Amino acid sequence: MIGNERLAVRKTYKLYLGGAFPRSESGRTYEVHDAKGAFLANAAWASRKDARDAVVAARGAFPKWSGATAYNRGQVLYRVAEVMEGRHAQFCEEVAAGEGLSSGRARAAVDAAIDRWVWYAGWTDKLAAVLGSANPVAGPYFDFSLPEPTGVVAVLAPQRSSLLGLVSVLAPVLAGGNTAVVVTSRERPLPAVTLGEVLATSDVPGGVVNLLTGDAAELGPWLAEHDDVDAIDLTGAPAERAMEFEREAAGSIKRVLRPPAVEPDWSADPGLTRMRTFLETKTVWHPKGF
Amino acid sequence: MTHVLDPHALTAETPPRRELPTPYADVTRSESAFRAFLHGLPGVDQVGAQSRVAMLGTRSIKTTSKAWAIDTAISMVDLTTLEGADTPGKVRSLAAKARRPDPTDPGCPPVAAVCVYGDLAGIAKEALAGTGINVAAVATAFPSGRASLAVKLADVRDAVANGADEIDMVIDRGAFLSGRYLDVFDEIVAVKEACGEAHLKVILETGELVTLDAVRRASWLAMLAGGDFIKTSTGKVSPAATLPVCLVMLEAVRDFRAATGRQVGVKPAGGIRTTKDAVKHLVLVNETAGPDWLTPDRFRIGASSLLNDLLLQRQKLRTGHYSGPDHVSVD
Amino acid sequence: MATPPSPDRPSSVFEYAPAPESRSIVDIAPSYGLFVDGEFVDGSGEAMKTVNPATEEVLSEVAVGTADDVDRAVKAARRAHSRVWGPMRPADRGKYLFRIARLLQERAREFAVLESLDNGKPIRESRDVDVPLAAAHFFYHAGWADKLAHAGLGPDPRPLGVACQVIPWNFPLLMLAWKVAPALATGNTVVLKPAETTPLTALLFAEVCRQADLPPGVVNIVTGAGETGRAVVEHDDVDKVAFTGSTEVGRSIARAVAGTRKKLTLELGGKAANIVFDDAPIDQAVEGIVQGIFFNQGHVCCAGSRLLVQENVHDEVIAALQRRIGTLRVGDPLDKNTDIGAINSAEQLARIRELSDVGEAEGATRWQPACDLPDRGFWFPPTVFTGVSPAHRIARDEVFGPVLSVLTFRTPDEAVAKANNTTYGLSAGIWSEKGSRILAIADRLRAGVVWANTFNQFDPTSPFGGYKQSGYGREGGRHGLAAYLSTGDEQ
Repeated sequence: MIGNERLAVRKTYKLYLGGAFPRSESGRTYEVHDAKGAFLANAAWASRKDARDAVVAARGAFPKWSGATAYNRGQVLYRVAEVMEGRHAQFCEEVAAGEGLSSGRARAAVDAAIDRWVWYAGWTDKLAAVLGSANPVAGPYFDFSLPEPTGVVAVLAPQRSSLLGLVSVLAPVLAGGNTAVVVTSRERPLPAVTLGEVLATSDVPGGVVNLLTGDAAELGPWLAEHDDVDAIDLTGAPAERAMEFEREAAGSIKRVLRPPAVEPDWSADPGLTRMRTFLETKTVWHPKGF
Repeated sequence: MTHVLDPHALTAETPPRRELPTPYADVTRSESAFRAFLHGLPGVDQVGAQSRVAMLGTRSIKTTSKAWAIDTAISMVDLTTLEGADTPGKVRSLAAKARRPDPTDPGCPPVAAVCVYGDLAGIAKEALAGTGINVAAVATAFPSGRASLAVKLADVRDAVANGADEIDMVIDRGAFLSGRYLDVFDEIVAVKEACGEAHLKVILETGELVTLDAVRRASWLAMLAGGDFIKTSTGKVSPAATLPVCLVMLEAVRDFRAATGRQVGVKPAGGIRTTKDAVKHLVLVNETAGPDWLTPDRFRIGASSLLNDLLLQRQKLRTGHYSGPDHVSVD
Repeated sequence: MATPPSPDRPSSVFEYAPAPESRSIVDIAPSYGLFVDGEFVDGSGEAMKTVNPATEEVLSEVAVGTADDVDRAVKAARRAHSRVWGPMRPADRGKYLFRIARLLQERAREFAVLESLDNGKPIRESRDVDVPLAAAHFFYHAGWADKLAHAGLGPDPRPLGVACQVIPWNFPLLMLAWKVAPALATGNTVVLKPAETTPLTALLFAEVCRQADLPPGVVNIVTGAGETGRAVVEHDDVDKVAFTGSTEVGRSIARAVAGTRKKLTLELGGKAANIVFDDAPIDQAVEGIVQGIFFNQGHVCCAGSRLLVQENVHDEVIAALQRRIGTLRVGDPLDKNTDIGAINSAEQLARIRELSDVGEAEGATRWQPACDLPDRGFWFPPTVFTGVSPAHRIARDEVFGPVLSVLTFRTPDEAVAKANNTTYGLSAGIWSEKGSRILAIADRLRAGVVWANTFNQFDPTSPFGGYKQSGYGREGGRHGLAAYLSTGDEQ
């Protein structure tokens, strides 16, 4: 290169796994292109062994994350929004390139993604009040029900909405206290990797979120069958494979969130169903007596 | 018969501490040791105890087993009158009832004892001579127990001198509730000593102890101090005998025998008025402490009106039809 | 049994004379059809016999529904949903449920006797637990019918449509109530498949529906065995499947509904830990252990089948437990004094025997009280295995019978680790007098229901259901409604 223009330092896009940024153990990468087909980067192509390692990391992180106070989890999720805000421009660029959006629409998607974290950050310490109950049983017992996280949730993230869609499926999993193994959009994985960098620098303990760039069709079956995965979100599963994944998930009685017929408009207000799907209800009884 | 206080009693020294059964030999060595022991007894969950007795209350006792239960209950009754208005006449009439509860049926068993105030023990003794029915006398400033030890001991000696075979003492609930367990213990030991040959029933007055944890502790305290029976109530405080309280006391005597070999009796008193109540208690005894306690030597029911209901039920079983209050005697 | 005592020959043993509940109150027909669209109709399959497990006496012949029968039932349910039950004023739906609750109370004795005859459970339990709780479930859910907007499931929750429900044999009427009451209260109609060995109370319930003038097709009852259940679950025009039963069958149902629109809830097996700390209220803990494992012959998915006892009180607890078990009365389910009735079927008895033999072969010590069992019928004495290690099959597999496996622990951490060391997660018990410990342990147990200083308590207001492979979804309380409603924000 000739000239005065500074030569940019490019980023190597890696997996986010157990709090670190490894390459795929398989050594595989694949080319990521922008909406017009131009080369953007090589992404790590996660293998089934990466998925396996991610589940181990997520399981290991579960006790601490699920045991954290709701206030603490809320602050951590809010911190994610804060750090994302700082990288606003980068996200806009990546979303615009990957999804082929105008800069205005890319900005709107990034804004909404950041605001979604804020929304869920505010939920952590309301869930027990809204989804829990004191149960007036017909006897001398104090009886209450509380929501608790299901455990390790595998998330096949939306294929089209690479950031807002991703945040919209990941944040509800985390808000309830679950840990996640996420397979990102195959064609549009770059915002996910950047999100991983945000998560790594925003007090989210390592292993709570594991981001695997790669192919949901390839990794889906391993995660659906994995006995130590408690639930699976099939949102980004290939339509023709979702039923198969759901069947495989039945082997360990996983909680399954079925894919929508078409990828929804993620800018709509989320309800509670996503959080509810990955929460268990624990009911505790104790006698009342002198 | 004397009703005069023994002048020496007022200055009597506390008798030497009772020798305790082996596993508990040193639990009364100090107030703190005794407290640690009593507070170390397993807790009682009130709701669990209530649901256990509720379940046992559903036992269905019919035909031959009901007949046996009624006669057994009659033979366990401490027929009681503890009124300020009691007179020799009232006591004599009660004694007559005790001997032959159902005049129409010689097969009806006599009751276990007649229970009166100490000053009337002599009358009862005379009226029951030769029947094998015991005279029980309440003592120790019954029912409150609020008197000095000397007065209580004099009360006991007086009743024994009047012929009481059994003494029903009250514990010092004030001392118990304020945590002066050794005081309560020493007092029972002293009373036991004063009883001589007479059997000692220790009334815990569970209606004032309130919690089942306290009932368990008081039961162990009374057993360690030498009580032959532990008894729920004076009948002057409500609630008196309740099934959960009786359950806890039966567990205590069961566990005490398992630990020491000594078998202490249980006497619920007050509030047991119907045959159904009595049978529930027998079932409770049977399934908690076991059949070894299903004898008047080990289980008594302190009652007055209960006997007539037992008799009515007994008549119903015998004749096959129901009768009414005029078919049993009013005493 | 010992000779009954008599006043003439007083015995020091208080043997309760037999106190059988009269079975004259029930009128069992020689044969039953399917209940479809408000009528009893013939089934197309070959009828099956239902027997009294306490005597092996055949009680009745019951129709077996085929796929065609199921189709008729689903069509009836669909019709009833779109024409009658769906459009009905919610308050009126509630009134029907209140009616059913009252009818169950009125006919409680009849239901209790029939349940004990068909299932083998003691009349004390069917009378004091199953039937009153079933009525309570209808009464509770009746009140929800016109208040669903306040259930926290969005402003306008909608019924799903037709609910297919497959229930087990351990609590035939109660499981029916757990399924049918919330389904109807939320505006769904029902096709119910009772268990093969215990169809009779469901068929009596059909009669209650008629007495209540419930519109035809709102509740349809299709009896039969596994094939019938499969047809129910796999029917295309079903919006909801609810199943209670084994984890194995649960798995196959989850596979069968995969890729469909059917909403699924599963209430499956369990291997609950009942944790006894050294500061437990010991007598109540012993009662709780007994209640936990011997209630309903241990045919309870949430049974406390693993006793985790702190090592320093192990001997004391086991001695007290054995003494208490010695007083249990095993025998005629209709005797009001029976504590443990008959095993529900020859198949179940064989499984209990097999797993118990494995327990012994693996080195655990079997203890059973001296106890005379009837000659006919299916019986298994209350059984305690001590010296069980976490690797033993009796510590891992659900026995579903009166068999307790005793393990020990030394610290709270170890108790939690062992309690959670199972693929199940339905229930757990904690016995301790220390409040903070109870709350901390309850927090860390991965189980849907935690009973502290009590066990096997149930109430319609109290959500019930499992973690992990014990299933998903809740029954009871506000949470139970979610299984039968669409909130509109599913995606």
